[in-house]
Amino acid sequence: MKIIREFGGFIQMFGGMFRAPENKKMFWNQFMLQCKDIGVGSLGIIVIISTFIGAVSTLQTAYQLVSPIIPKETIAQIVRDTVILEFAPTLGCIVLAGVVGSKIASELGNMRVSEQIDALEIMGINTKNYLILPKILAGTLTIPMLIVIAMVLGIWGGRLAGSAAGIIDPTIYDKGLILGFNPYNVYFALIKSFVFAFLITAIPSFYGYNVKGGALEIGLQSTRAVVVSCVLLLFADYILSALLL
Amino acid sequence: MIEIKNLKKSFGSKEVLKGVNAVLEDGKCNLIIGSSGSGKTVFMKCMVGLIKPTEGEVLYDGKDFIHISLEEKKEIRKQIGMLFQGSALFDSQTVGDNIMFPLHMFTNDKLSAKKDRVREVLKRVNLQEDAYGKFPSEISGGMQKRVALARAIVLNPRYLFCDEPNSGLDPQTSIVIDKLIQEITQEYDITTIVNTHDMNSVMEIGDHIIYMHQGEKEWEGNNKDIIFSKSEKLNDFIFASEFLKDAKNMRNIKETGELPDDISDDIKEAIEEKFNIDLDGDGIVGSE
Ligand SMILES: Nc1ncnc2c1ncn2[C@@H]1O[C@H](COP(=O)(O)OP(=O)(O)OP(=O)(O)O)[C@@H](O)[C@H]1O
Ligand SMILES: [Mg+2]
Repeated sequence: MKIIREFGGFIQMFGGMFRAPENKKMFWNQFMLQCKDIGVGSLGIIVIISTFIGAVSTLQTAYQLVSPIIPKETIAQIVRDTVILEFAPTLGCIVLAGVVGSKIASELGNMRVSEQIDALEIMGINTKNYLILPKILAGTLTIPMLIVIAMVLGIWGGRLAGSAAGIIDPTIYDKGLILGFNPYNVYFALIKSFVFAFLITAIPSFYGYNVKGGALEIGLQSTRAVVVSCVLLLFADYILSALLL
Repeated sequence: MIEIKNLKKSFGSKEVLKGVNAVLEDGKCNLIIGSSGSGKTVFMKCMVGLIKPTEGEVLYDGKDFIHISLEEKKEIRKQIGMLFQGSALFDSQTVGDNIMFPLHMFTNDKLSAKKDRVREVLKRVNLQEDAYGKFPSEISGGMQKRVALARAIVLNPRYLFCDEPNSGLDPQTSIVIDKLIQEITQEYDITTIVNTHDMNSVMEIGDHIIYMHQGEKEWEGNNKDIIFSKSEKLNDFIFASEFLKDAKNMRNIKETGELPDDISDDIKEAIEEKFNIDLDGDGIVGSE
């Protein structure tokens, strides 16, 4: 019952959102600010986790492929495809759901509780348009970019770890990378990260914007926002894989 | 001028406003007073459209605010300034940017003109220029209230709403804020509505007072009539403290010439000293 009501509210949120902004310049500033917050703000964590994920997947793939008849290049191939298809977009976005999602939910929740949203409404500003839309737009623009970076760094991390551990020579790794490369995978990963980006910005916006009560409620709602985004993200991952692969 | 006709609001089965009628005039500080939970905030939020009333009309200079289109509503909202109970400053922006915000949003003035205007209103609310670059978290509650007031008046509103402007402030700062609100109201001839339960403000700036009791308008008048009101509930409200009860007793002495039974000896002495009279007879015996 609650789920249905929340879903209804979520859809409703979009109702008032797509109107012309009161002031285009202010909207643009807000959008740029969000791009900086979401994009640049999460770059560090994405660099760290994607490099390590790439490194770890090289080591583990090598560990599992013990047979001498399988050429070493296959390791690079497998690392490349898992990083592009799954690790970079899905794991990357799950981490971002925690980082970006909780920030969005608590920021909006705080604005709601301290009546800043009411203050904007009183001025005659459409707060859904001014506060939520820039976050969703900035997220769907910058998060796929971050995921592309994560793909590159993941593969690079794998190359680094492979040679550092003496498992696979960098030249062989590079040869493996171009072997049977399907550009559609990158395209698919971008679609995925676009959908995920929407989920991890829109859902926390909804929970944050509709906080009722006090500071405690902000914490509860932002946790809830992250949990719901992650679950829906994995669900969307499954659906998209079933449909598009 | 704002007219309120038969305004009702229920939350579920709980009736918070039970049909309030009122006329709030220009150039006056219209005070809405009442005890906690009497529905003052709900009343104010219904007036500005943050809460949709169940029934009734709110007319801004004759225009029905509740049933007009979103666009028309926006036009009226641009003429509304509101000071929230908790100030509601944007905490990610400096004091200067907070006050600048409505100017950025709704005017096309040059940046220098906007800055001049911000300095002007900062001065108007008695804040030093060095507050300009500070963040809301770095200034005191009283200063935050003043910044919020500055932000509310920066676009020269026609209607100014203040929800408990002096809650959480010391009596002196409260009076400064009250005076400021009063001066601004008279200076620009705007319609000001103030929610309060602070009797100091009531006596200080109450040109027009509406007393709310359990969602109904119980009494209406100004600060000259209020202490002589005949409404039992209002008397209970304004004479809630022991000290003020004594004041009420003094009023009764003056009116009837008779001493109430429950007056304490201390007060009797104080009154005798103050007015140079002897209270031991049957009422006011001696005087200067
Ligand atoms: N959103 C809401 N949902 C349900 N009940 C509400 C809501 N808002 C207010 N109320 C109820 O309406 C009544 C009046 O509340 P209101 O906030 O207007 O009081 P108030 O006069 O402003 O009090 P205070 O002086 O403490 O600020 C309260 O009993 C409150 O429980
Ligand atoms: Mg209140």
